Amino acid sequence: MKITQELVDYVSTLSRLRLPEAEKAKMAAEMEQIVSYMDTLSTLDTDHVEPMSHIFPLKNVLRPDEVLPSSPREELLAGAPDGDAETFRVPKAVE
Amino acid sequence: MVKELLELSALELGAAIKTGDISVTEATETALETMAEREGDLNCFITAAEQAIDRAKALQAGVRDAESPLYGVPMALKDNICTKGLKTCCASKILGDFAPPYDAAAAERLTAAGTVLLGKLNMDEFAMGSTTETSFYGPTRNPWDTSRVSGGSSGGAAAAVAARECFFALGSDTGGSIRQPASYCGVTGMKPTYGTVSRYGLIAYASSLDQIGPIARTAADCAAVLDAIRGKDKRDATSLDLPAGSLLAGLTGDIRGMRIGLPAECFADGLHPQVSAAVHAAADVLKDRGAQVETFPFPLMEYMVPTYYILACAEASSNLSRFDGVKYGWRAPEYEDLTDLYCRTRTEGFGAEVKRRILLGAFVLSSGYYDAYYKKALQVRALIKEAFDRAFQRYDLLLTPVSPTTAPALGESLSEALKMYLSDIYTVSVNLSGLSALSMPCGFDEKGLPIGAQLIGPALGDGTVLNAAHAFQLSTDYHKRSPYGKEAD
Repeated sequence: MKITQELVDYVSTLSRLRLPEAEKAKMAAEMEQIVSYMDTLSTLDTDHVEPMSHIFPLKNVLRPDEVLPSSPREELLAGAPDGDAETFRVPKAVE
Repeated sequence: MVKELLELSALELGAAIKTGDISVTEATETALETMAEREGDLNCFITAAEQAIDRAKALQAGVRDAESPLYGVPMALKDNICTKGLKTCCASKILGDFAPPYDAAAAERLTAAGTVLLGKLNMDEFAMGSTTETSFYGPTRNPWDTSRVSGGSSGGAAAAVAARECFFALGSDTGGSIRQPASYCGVTGMKPTYGTVSRYGLIAYASSLDQIGPIARTAADCAAVLDAIRGKDKRDATSLDLPAGSLLAGLTGDIRGMRIGLPAECFADGLHPQVSAAVHAAADVLKDRGAQVETFPFPLMEYMVPTYYILACAEASSNLSRFDGVKYGWRAPEYEDLTDLYCRTRTEGFGAEVKRRILLGAFVLSSGYYDAYYKKALQVRALIKEAFDRAFQRYDLLLTPVSPTTAPALGESLSEALKMYLSDIYTVSVNLSGLSALSMPCGFDEKGLPIGAQLIGPALGDGTVLNAAHAFQLSTDYHKRSPYGKEAD
């Protein structure tokens, strides 16, 4: 599978990453090498195999709906790079 | 006295604390002195817990009422296990000096057992790497040879235990991150069955594969640590309701009649001959203790690593989307708008390996490629699990190498990502299938570097795995060797 710089740009946008121009060619080459190796899987017949997303058959783990206190707001906000006493602070998002 | 104390296993130290032969303070001070002496060479720790001595003094006052066999024992945690108020940064720039507002479930349970936390251990950034060289805080060096890597991603944990800086540690294992560094550093490390230990407070890499486990000097120590931390936790819905009883109490050392299979494909091309010889010698030791050992064909080996990296990267790309410069840690100093803030923070805050895995994950999940990569890998995962199910119909345990080689030189792996990924061939399948597995020292190569053997058990076979390792350690002394040879008795 050929990994072009356009594809690297596309997945970078999806990932909210912005690689410097100088790094893009290197990343494309590395990804191509790894993805080509991942292509090994295409040699295996899996036509009638159910995809397995979880190793144990866990379904609908239920518990009683009890009201419990959540973490104190000040403590949660204390780890943020920018905030006031009540909220995380970010640049204006809506015009 | 000091040197003798350092050579005690966690359980031996716990027993000596209980009888009053050694005080918690003395044990803690000795560990801290060893850290001060060796950290300059090794760099096992990112953060030291300032309050360790105060904690030790408080624990000493309650020693008579101690119930846990680990009471008073100094230990340390990998830096992706949250500790309330103590910096936890996954060895990444992007988390800055983040101090979590809560303790991980495993940390909570170790506190309840009365252990002393010495600090937080170095690791590959977000547990992505096999050498602890992707850490923002610099690599951890191998105590057996400081020009070599400690392994990864729990390299700080394995090196700290090997260097006697702590008596045991908790690591995390997504594709071998406990077992491989334990192997490189000559200590014992266990990845328990998926769901054994709550992942609440473990900063996620690949949630369907991640599991917390112990790194210690002996299999018995690993059993004691697991006894302390395992079990159902309502804050992690994947944690299991485990049968009652103690893993430690189950260590009889009696493995007569145990059926152990050696997968032929795990001893094929690419395995260093000295590693192969040492693992075969380990099989002979188990045979001498009464186990039935035979080689059998095990298919699909060439599909393990690609399946693992597709799934791990996919889950990572999703899990790591939470690091955006808003909720915790570090934020890029300059930005124009909200999107720019996200992009700059993530681009400057994540290291190269983490970015590569996020991009690979976004790729295998993106429309047009999802079926060929992500869905395909989930199907192959089902086939791999079936292959193990069939193997465990015939065998109680499997015995394999942990890694194809002993510890590589610093810098050797970083230049070639794919080569580093391929070295995970013997460990990743255990996570894909949710199995229990342990790495134990089984010899040394010509350079004097430790070699590890891996015992793999079925899901919930943790007790069998530990008992076989315990039996092996009753017959051998590899696990007692110290990298500071002349200090050992």
